[in-house]
Amino acid sequence: MGVVKAFKALALAAALAAPAAAQAQDSKVIGVSIPAATHGWAGGMNYHAQEAVKRLEKTYPQLKFVLATAGDPGKQVSDIEDMMATRNIDALVVLPFESTPLTGPVKRVAEAGKWVTVVDRGLAEEGIEDLYVAGDNPGFGRVAGEFFRERMPSGGKIVVLRGIPTTIDNERVEAFRKAIEGSGIEIIGMEHGNWNRDSAFTVMQDFLSKHPKIDAVWASDDDMAVGVLEAINQAGRQDEMWVLGGAGMKEMIKRVMDGDKRVPANVTYPPAMIATAIEITALRFVSNAPVSGRFVIGSELITQENAQNFYFPDSPF
Amino acid sequence: MADATTTRQELRKPRRPAVNLHVVGPLVALAVLIVVGVLLNPNFLSYGNVTNVLARSAFIGIIAVGMTFVITSGGLDLSVGSMAAFIAGLMILVMNALVPTLGPGWPVILIGMAAALVFGFLAGLGNGLLITRARIEAFIVTLGSMGIFRSLITWLADGGTLSLNFQVRDVYRPVYYDGILGVSWPIIVFLVVAIAGEIAMRHTAFGRHCAAIGSNEQVARYSAVHVERVRLATYVMLGMLVGLATIMYVPRLGSASSATGVLWELEAIAAVIIGGTVLKGGFGRVWGTVVGVLILNLIQNILNLTDLVSPYLNGAIQGVIIVLAVVLQRQKKAL
Repeated sequence: MGVVKAFKALALAAALAAPAAAQAQDSKVIGVSIPAATHGWAGGMNYHAQEAVKRLEKTYPQLKFVLATAGDPGKQVSDIEDMMATRNIDALVVLPFESTPLTGPVKRVAEAGKWVTVVDRGLAEEGIEDLYVAGDNPGFGRVAGEFFRERMPSGGKIVVLRGIPTTIDNERVEAFRKAIEGSGIEIIGMEHGNWNRDSAFTVMQDFLSKHPKIDAVWASDDDMAVGVLEAINQAGRQDEMWVLGGAGMKEMIKRVMDGDKRVPANVTYPPAMIATAIEITALRFVSNAPVSGRFVIGSELITQENAQNFYFPDSPF
Repeated sequence: MADATTTRQELRKPRRPAVNLHVVGPLVALAVLIVVGVLLNPNFLSYGNVTNVLARSAFIGIIAVGMTFVITSGGLDLSVGSMAAFIAGLMILVMNALVPTLGPGWPVILIGMAAALVFGFLAGLGNGLLITRARIEAFIVTLGSMGIFRSLITWLADGGTLSLNFQVRDVYRPVYYDGILGVSWPIIVFLVVAIAGEIAMRHTAFGRHCAAIGSNEQVARYSAVHVERVRLATYVMLGMLVGLATIMYVPRLGSASSATGVLWELEAIAAVIIGGTVLKGGFGRVWGTVVGVLILNLIQNILNLTDLVSPYLNGAIQGVIIVLAVVLQRQKKAL
């Protein structure tokens, strides 16, 4: 597909070169570099990036997009260098695989006078990007904590499953703890389920063996919630507790929408934030709207009332 | 020097009939873990917990039994975790595709199970042929197929998760969660595989040939052992056991993704070595492998049941116990 597009671009450039230089100048190329779909959330992110590119190419014929997915930071650096060298991009939308290795290459793009949009994971150095679009990790924990407070006014015993030990996970859990402080809600167990269904399943089995009474579970992620719910089923303790996941997996949103008592709500950390970033970057080239700055996408509480707005049945996540 | 040897022998003599650490090492480690578990949490020996631990050991356990034969004959297979994920994905796709024509019921599931075994057979055959016919190092072949299977499942699932049709899942679910007389199916299957493996290793020509090839391939060849055929058979058998493990795994959560089976290969290899099989080949012990699998799963279980250490350190504790379990049984050799 890339080759075909490249040929098309070449043909177009050749045809337009002499007589319509002005028109050719109007065409802008936006490079999009994201990590490959190696887990559920990243799969959703890839889906939304492709959808956004398709939609924008149809709406604005003068915009061209180059989309590259990378399986590791090294590949991502090469992708960005290739975009600069061979595609002459005017803007770069990048979700860095890791902050430090990507900082230098992205900085060079910015120094070449290109527009740079950074998504989700910030760079190691401040002030490189023109636009920063990110999810709200502390907000993710806080909204979840507030929901627990509201559902358990007289307190109770809960267990928590954490993700892969990272800053993201720490920020979420820290904010969650702060939000439930002084509410009488007691965290009686906390273990890492690594954002993985199988790990979450075994951790929850062991929590169920250890604690005779659990009022609720903060699974903190929908993949983990799947494992947790199955373990609760197996123990036959469905009526005892409810589970709050997070990130908005379609199956979980569906359960919230259907009013499942064990899955009363969800908290967003939308993989579609990549679409936000691409759309805003496009605005920079097709409108006069000022778009530089920081755009933090709030983590919202999804309940039965508003679940419809968050349900994307075609997305892989 | 002479003094040292005599004292050593004197020391050893009275002990020898009582304790042979080389053999009982893994058992001692297992017993210690069980005692620790009981002391730390009264629920440790409850029916629920014991069932949980045994059932979750079954996947790695079934694979590790096959791995014992591969390692005994001097080979290695790094691809089993990715292979399990890939087979689980294919199995789900096959069953989902058949639901419209056959309806959600046992026929679909039986075909799915057969498919898993066939895919496992083919995957093992592929690995085995590359190793025996193309004569490429087992490490390289299976490192390659590990990457291939992992990418294929990610691609099949479009980066997300493949989920089994909901109605099929309801019919299939009991295969993981139910059983006979309170013993769930994965445990029964694991037991049968382990006993069959133990018999094959100890009392059949195949088992003796594996050990012979692993200890000295040339000698085995001169002794009219069909080295290539036996090697190939170990990889094919392992592939089919991965298929069998997948049959037990899919009904648990009804899904497969790129996160399925990550690091299973290392857990299986670790279990085999803890159990007393020699990594270089030449000697294998199936019952030891079973003990090794149980040790690995008990550590995780005990850590989850207690709050003794920070969860960040779980991996370290696991590492220490694995090394200790092996040290305990190698001590006699070192003397």
